[in-house]
Amino acid sequence: MVIISARTKHKHKQAGYSFTMLTIHYFASIREALDTDSEQLALPESVSSINDLIVYLGTNNPAFQSLSAADNKMLVAVNQTVVDKSYRLSENDEVAFFPPMTGG
Amino acid sequence: MISIQTEDFDPAEEYSRLKEAAVDAGAIVIFTGLVREDHDHRDAGGSPVRSLHLEHYAGMTEKSLQSIVDEANTRWRLLATRVIHRVGELKPSDQIVLVGSASAHRQDAFESAQFIMDFLKSKAPFWKKQTTEQGSDWVESRDSDAEAIERWQKSV
Repeated sequence: MVIISARTKHKHKQAGYSFTMLTIHYFASIREALDTDSEQLALPESVSSINDLIVYLGTNNPAFQSLSAADNKMLVAVNQTVVDKSYRLSENDEVAFFPPMTGG
Repeated sequence: MISIQTEDFDPAEEYSRLKEAAVDAGAIVIFTGLVREDHDHRDAGGSPVRSLHLEHYAGMTEKSLQSIVDEANTRWRLLATRVIHRVGELKPSDQIVLVGSASAHRQDAFESAQFIMDFLKSKAPFWKKQTTEQGSDWVESRDSDAEAIERWQKSV
């Protein structure tokens, strides 16, 4: 109960809708394909996991949709740690999409 | 210590620093990785690499390298470690990466340096883009890099 009320308190109320604010970063080939390195988004409440976010971003951007269709070519980090796509998003999360790493 | 930098580094200087930091070390391993002209094995016969651009995710890079080094410290008895990774524009034969590991015994120093390198290659957010006379391409990750990590997981 405490957690639910804390989350609700931080949601932005606007015209009767509730939003979750996120910062999204894109790197390497994904950044180039989208021609964007980062954006801030207010998400509808129906978007609660990374899976939901991928569907939401793809609906609004065909370039993102084709990138996410090449499933194993896209990794996701939240707050700078790689996470599973079932990860539940929280207010002010820093999300990043990128291809498999090629350092060293 | 971990550094992400555009500037080159001096392995001899890093060796001296490790030696000074690791009191009573019996073994110091220094690994350096260099840019190759023939970077992409799968493209044998292709054009030589003219330059390599390294992009990274500032913040996450340091965090992920630190967790790799922390994990190495739980697996081996290490006296000091050093990781340097360059970003930005590099040319063939330039140094890209340095991993240094100091320990009382050679096995810990050798194995931990290899462990850190293996994880760095596919768990730290760096991406390479190579330019040849045919144009520029993002370098794709290799199955052999993922296999290198699996080998360490089996030995837990």
